[in-house]
Amino acid sequence: MKDMNPQDIAGEYREYTLTYYDGTSRKVLVTDIETPYPDGKLIVSTTDLQGIITHANQAFIDMSGYTREELIGQPHYILRCPEMPKAAFRDMWETIQAGKTWHGYVKNLRKDGGYYLVYATVLPNFKDGKIVGYTSVRRKPSRRKMEEALQAYARMREEETA
Amino acid sequence: MTFQLTVSPDFPPNHIAGWYIFNTWLQKALNLPIHLELYPSFETQREAIQQGKVDMIYANPYDAAMLIREKGFVAVARPQGKTDEAVIITSTNASYAAVDDLKPGTRVAMTNDPAINLLGMMMLEPAELDSSTLETEVVESYPVAVKLVLQGKADIAFVLKEALEKLTPSTRKQLKVLVESQIGDLYHTFVVGERLADRREAIRDLLVNMHTGPKGKDVLENLGFQGWEPVSADEAEFMMNLIEALK
Ligand SMILES: Cc1cc2nc3c(=O)[nH]c(=O)nc-3n(C[C@H](O)[C@H](O)[C@H](O)COP(=O)(O)O)c2cc1C
Repeated sequence: MKDMNPQDIAGEYREYTLTYYDGTSRKVLVTDIETPYPDGKLIVSTTDLQGIITHANQAFIDMSGYTREELIGQPHYILRCPEMPKAAFRDMWETIQAGKTWHGYVKNLRKDGGYYLVYATVLPNFKDGKIVGYTSVRRKPSRRKMEEALQAYARMREEETA
Repeated sequence: MTFQLTVSPDFPPNHIAGWYIFNTWLQKALNLPIHLELYPSFETQREAIQQGKVDMIYANPYDAAMLIREKGFVAVARPQGKTDEAVIITSTNASYAAVDDLKPGTRVAMTNDPAINLLGMMMLEPAELDSSTLETEVVESYPVAVKLVLQGKADIAFVLKEALEKLTPSTRKQLKVLVESQIGDLYHTFVVGERLADRREAIRDLLVNMHTGPKGKDVLENLGFQGWEPVSADEAEFMMNLIEALK
């Protein structure tokens, strides 16, 4: 995946290099600008077994800042924010690969370097008893629960980087 | 034998005239006897489905998923450009202006359309409300849910957006929308059962081409549709998976 482009970024940014589960890495550019999550907006995406995006609804496009063409065919980690602990996604993948539904609070990185906060459900899609892909729905989180999750993530990150 | 067509009971019967016209058109086009049966509630319709009475249905997403998964139905078409969204409504006199103003103990009127209720519940999550902290009442139709709100017997109601739009202007004036879903991936579909398995392709072709003839155009106008577009098995599967994700 290509590095993030400084021309896409709104405002002052920090630079990080993220290495993803598949061994690839890219430079991400991060600001502290939050895009507030509108009431009623529901992001829908689906992926294949590897987490490659196969469907994105309009809400996903609106909130992530990417076009549909930029999202389809890309790994879902295109949204990974450096402040999210690896353990959160490890837990997610273990849960969905075991055939169960995962719920969690996620901070997501936008194309413009800003972020948006969601409560997410991710679950496996079955066909003839086999997992064939995953579906995710994301919506506006409770402010209080989101704050708690972000504090917990900050502690987890400290442990991971220590 | 006469086949049965029915329609998701989203609207009061006076809005259903278009479906009688549609049924007459479909019978002629297929050269098959078809009876249009309208049920007063989601429950009575589901009973008829369980009894195997229904052959074709213009189904809401939840019922379509059930019919495809459990009853061997196949989705053939959907109205062009129409999607299902949920609204949470309250009385214009209500003191709250947004979901965040709602408190535990809020009384919710809803119908038995689970897709709309799932969207409604999801939109209440930011206020940390769920079925354990709400007082819910399930009623037979959207107009009844609206009536409970107007009578002050419920604080809010979960309503299909299109059903809200079909209420009389005088009723709508007494209601305000607290929040409206923007999901875009849920829609009603025309699903066909096993007794008509050999006619499914013919039905799909008829619907998809309906807007090309003057008669068909007229029928569509009465339904408030621009036309039908085909629905593939994969698209139906996607919607079924999405409903699972809303639970
Ligand atoms: C259906 C689905 C939706 C996902 N949604 C997100 C998301 O919104 N944000 C995110 O950072 N990761 C999401 N992921 C997880 C990513 O695939 C990835 O695991 C994560 O970004 C961490 O990257 P890493 O696995 O390379 O460490 C999703 C995965 C699936 C299967």
